This record gives sequence, structure tokens and C-alpha cells, in this order.
Amino acid sequence: MRFNDAISGSALLALAIAILLNVRTYPSIPGQSIGPSAFPGLLAALLAVCAVILIYKGLRERIVGVRAWVRPGDWLRSPHHVGNFLLTIGVLLFYILLADKLGFLICGVVLLGVLFWKLRVPPALILPIAIVVTLVIHTIFYKGLRVPLPWGVLTPFAW
Amino acid sequence: MTWAVLSQAFWLVFDPYVLLVILCSALFGLFVGCIPGLTATMATALLVPITFFMPPVPAVAAIVTATAMAIFSGDIPGALLRIPGTPASAAYTDEAYAMTLKGQAETALGAGLVFSAIGGLFGTIVMVLFSPGLAEIALKFSSFEYFWLVVLGLAGAVFIGNASILKASISLILGLLVACIGLENPGAHPRFTFGINELLSGVDLIPMMVGMFAVSELFRYMVDTAPPPRMAAEKIGNVFKGMWGLLTKYRWPLVRGSALGTIIGIQPGSGADMASWMSYAMAKKFSDEPEKFGTGHVEGIVEAGAANNSSLAGAWIPAIVFGIPGDSITAIAIGVLYLKGMNPGPSIFINNPQNIYAIFLVFIIANLIMIPLGWLTIKLATRVLRVPRNILMPVILLFCIVGSFAINNSVFGVIVILAFGLIAFVLEENGFPVAPAILGVVLGKMMEENFVTSLIKSDGDPTVFFTRPIAMWLAIGTFVILLWPVGSWAVRRLGARPA
Repeated sequence: MRFNDAISGSALLALAIAILLNVRTYPSIPGQSIGPSAFPGLLAALLAVCAVILIYKGLRERIVGVRAWVRPGDWLRSPHHVGNFLLTIGVLLFYILLADKLGFLICGVVLLGVLFWKLRVPPALILPIAIVVTLVIHTIFYKGLRVPLPWGVLTPFAW
Repeated sequence: MTWAVLSQAFWLVFDPYVLLVILCSALFGLFVGCIPGLTATMATALLVPITFFMPPVPAVAAIVTATAMAIFSGDIPGALLRIPGTPASAAYTDEAYAMTLKGQAETALGAGLVFSAIGGLFGTIVMVLFSPGLAEIALKFSSFEYFWLVVLGLAGAVFIGNASILKASISLILGLLVACIGLENPGAHPRFTFGINELLSGVDLIPMMVGMFAVSELFRYMVDTAPPPRMAAEKIGNVFKGMWGLLTKYRWPLVRGSALGTIIGIQPGSGADMASWMSYAMAKKFSDEPEKFGTGHVEGIVEAGAANNSSLAGAWIPAIVFGIPGDSITAIAIGVLYLKGMNPGPSIFINNPQNIYAIFLVFIIANLIMIPLGWLTIKLATRVLRVPRNILMPVILLFCIVGSFAINNSVFGVIVILAFGLIAFVLEENGFPVAPAILGVVLGKMMEENFVTSLIKSDGDPTVFFTRPIAMWLAIGTFVILLWPVGSWAVRRLGARPA
């Protein structure tokens, strides 16, 4: 999805202003002219200048009529691809929220299984591949590299 | 360079464990480069969580080998499917595909392989010859010179080879702002942490890079509406046939491509992609038969194939000597070096010269084993390209999750890959390049530190930035790059005016 430069510019300008307001509250170092606010303040000011130029360019293109405010990419017109996109975010959120409770093995199999299903992997292959891959990754990181991947509800069966 | 150091470096590299790491990462790099949609930068980002658990030399060896292989094997789907495996092969993909259609797939792939290796060795030799000397000069640098060096590098990243300088600048500023997050600043005041404890030490570099270079690519795959490509050749003959003839016929394009690639690599911010586009254009310009370019003519592949591999070694020169990355791959590598306590910079040549010479050796080995392993990959290419991507991509996502978790053993890393994956996806969709942002993140701390130290040393007097001799020249160099677009615009304006 492509936004007109004026829209991206406005968002960036808002960000720059928010940063400038935020750094004003930073304490100064006694006896020194330069403190923690100097560098981000300078960057935010530069960002604001760039954002204003971007807004100007976007508005000029809009007036000439070359660019719409929002141009949805091909994928936004295809429900299948929008679904893919949202599902990818969904499985990541699922992992973030539930990994500690359910454990890595269950979360990994669910995550792979759901994505395989959405990407039209033959149904008979979905579960076997998801389980094998999750076990392989688990072995590499948990046994090989000693990363404490969570066991969750499977804790009693931990190996 | 003493023999003691050299033999120490030799034993560091010719350790069975390190050699095994080199072999595995070579195969990994060849595979990733060969699959369209998986780039050399992504190969690095995926390797980093694993290298996190290794000593410095094998960690760097893994990155160096994997990227060299990935840049070569990106040529393979270019020739067979007309899709570059990595952006660095895009410049001559049409040319290679045209050769395949003429039944010359083996010549196109063979040239890609042989001249990639020679280009890589050329860049390595330049690196071995010049970095120790440069390091000696760099020892005399103070915060003023380093400040300018960082600015020069960032200016190069923005002004060279970007379609929109404005958007590249914004991307860079966003990266520098991300570097501000956390406690590490003059005054140790928590900046932009939103009360989240995990952000007090700043955004972790590795999960962020996994997000920006791997997860964002996965999003792009998920929304890719292009139909699956068709294979143009099923059987590939002897790729080494006729290579000696090409080598003698095109020796000057080879040298020119390797030299240009190395220089572009050294220049911070522009890497293999830029090197191959520029040298392909140069090959056409200086060729005796420019009319043959685009119809399946091997000359451009020779020159650009050498250039993109030589740029990899070139990019390591500023990375090792000054700690300033030459492209996004070395930006990631520098992050790894810092984590390993092997801080890049001129003092590494005095304190740990064996590590530096070990890196040089790894470059030589990587480019030599590229020939047999690359040959094998070409032989298996039609099978590798049939790997079902609808299975591969979810597996990579799970790998990204575990890799980002492993750095701090915290699920916060997974939040970071999701956030930065989305940010990079939206930025690229809207024409903002991601490479300047990553350079900004890596160099932000260094820039602020040297800026603040310099101002404190000079009691807030900014003229000192221009009065020290080396600092002055670096400042002039920076302003030349900064004012170049303005100048060329003015010249064009004046030239266009009727006399």
C-alpha cells in the first residue's frame, strides 16, 4: 500500500514534534551546555524539515493529479493475500502472548501448521512436517545451543 | 606482519571446528542465495543468532563465507528463472536469461561462478594490502576525525544510488533516532523507553536486524501476487567449458569490474547491488560490441559478476579499520563483533592482529571453495529451485522467532522482530530504502559520542571540527558529497539555459 508523500510526511512531522516536546523535559548536565537532549533534538529538527519537504512534494503531485492519496497494492485487492499478511502478524502475536504458557513445542507446531494450511501445503503433510521441523529447531537451540526455550504445559514431560 | 602472528592466524582458521563452520555456512549461503526472495543480507541476519554462540573467528568466518556464496548463487535463478536470487544479480539477470534461452546456460552460470571467485579474491588482496596502512593512519584520529568519518559514511549511504535522496535521508534519521533509545547517552537519562525495562539498554541489534531483513521479506512473500516462475533449462552441461578463453578475452573488463566493485564496497552505504549495476553499465560503455548487450552476451556478466563479489571484501575495509560498515551486511557483522568484544577499529591491528589475519584467510578460503561448491550447486540447481517455498517460508519464520528469543532468552525479542519487520515492510512499500536506516542505527551511538566528546573538549566551540588538518579534509569530503546533487542540478540548469 502506497501512501501519498503528504500523508507519510504528516505522520513523520507529528513524530518529529512529539520527539521535540519529549526531549524538552530531559534534564541538563550541570556546568555543560550539551546534554542528553541535544542529539535527538537535532535529529528531530532535521526530520521535521525533511517531513515538510515531503508534504510539499506530495501535495504538488496530488494537485497535478498524478498520485492518489492512497494507492493500494495488488495484494490488498486479493482477500487471499490480505489473509496471508494478517495471519503472519497473528501467529507472531500468538507466539508472543502464549509461548510461556503453552511452551515452544505446542506454539511451534500450531504456528507452522496454520501457516502451512493457509499457504496450501497438502493436508496430509501439514502435521508431520510441522512436528518434525519444530522438534529439529528445538533440538538445535535447546540441546545444542542451550537456549532455555519454554516448556509451558509440557513441563512435566521435559527432556 | 610477523610470522608468529601469521601462524597464529593460520591455526585459528585451520581448526576442524572453524573449517566445519565455514563448510556449513557455505552450503547455507549457496542455498539462500539460490532461492529468490531470500537475500544475502537475510542470510547474514539468519546466521547471526547462531554465531552469537560462537567464538569471534568462526562467527565472522560464517558471515563472510555465507555472504560470498549467496552473492554468487543469486546468479543461478537469474539465469534459469529470470528472477535474481539476490538484488546484487539483478543488473545482469536479463542478460543471463537470454543466454539460457540461446542454450548457453552453462556459459552464463560458469562465468558467474569463475569471475565471482576471481573478483572476490581481487577484493581480498586489496583489503590485505591496504587495511594495515589505513589502520596506522586511523590511530592518529581523535573524536573530531571520527565524527566526520561517520558523517561521511552516512552521507555516502544517503546520496549514492538512492532514487529519492529525501526518503533516504528520512530513513537515515529514523535509524539514528532508534539508536538514541535507552540509557547510554551523556547524562544517562532514559530516552524514548516508554517505561519498558527491556528498552533501557537500547533496542537489541540482532532481533532488530532479523526483523528488518528476514521478517519483512517474509511479509513480502506472503503478499506476493506474481505467479510461480517457469524453469528455462532442465539440464546444465559443463560450466567450466570455455572459461579460459573468456578469461583471456575479457581480462580488462575483469580487472575493471573487480577494481570498481572494491571501491564501491569501501564507500560506506553502497554494496554489492550498486557495484553490479554500475559495472554492468561500465562494461557496456567500454565494450567493443555494446550492441550485443541485452541479447545474451557474456561480457557484462564477467564484469558485473566480478564486481559484486569484490565489493564484499571492499566493504570490510572501513568496517575493520574504522568500525564504519561499508554496506548492510557489514553493518550486521559489526554488531556481531561488538557483541563478541572484538570491537572493530585501528587498535584491533595492534591488540589482536591474529584475528584480523584470520579474517583475511577466511576470505581467501571462501573464494577458493566457492568454485567446487558452486559447481555442485549449479548441478543441483534445478532441484534446489523446486524446494516448496510455502513450506520453507513458515520454517524461516519459526527460526527467526527462536533466534531472536535466544539473544536475551526473552520473548521481548519476538516483539522486536514483529515491530521492525512491519516498519521495514511499510517503509519499503512507500519507497523508503532500509539500508540507510540500519547504518544509522549502527553508527548512531558512535556519532553522538564523538559529537558530544568533541564539543566538550572544545568547550562548545564548533569551529574545532574544521581546524584540525585531517578533520578539515574529511569535512571537505563530506561537503562535496552533500553538495554534489545541488551542484550538478545547478550545472544542468545553467547548461539548459539558451545561450
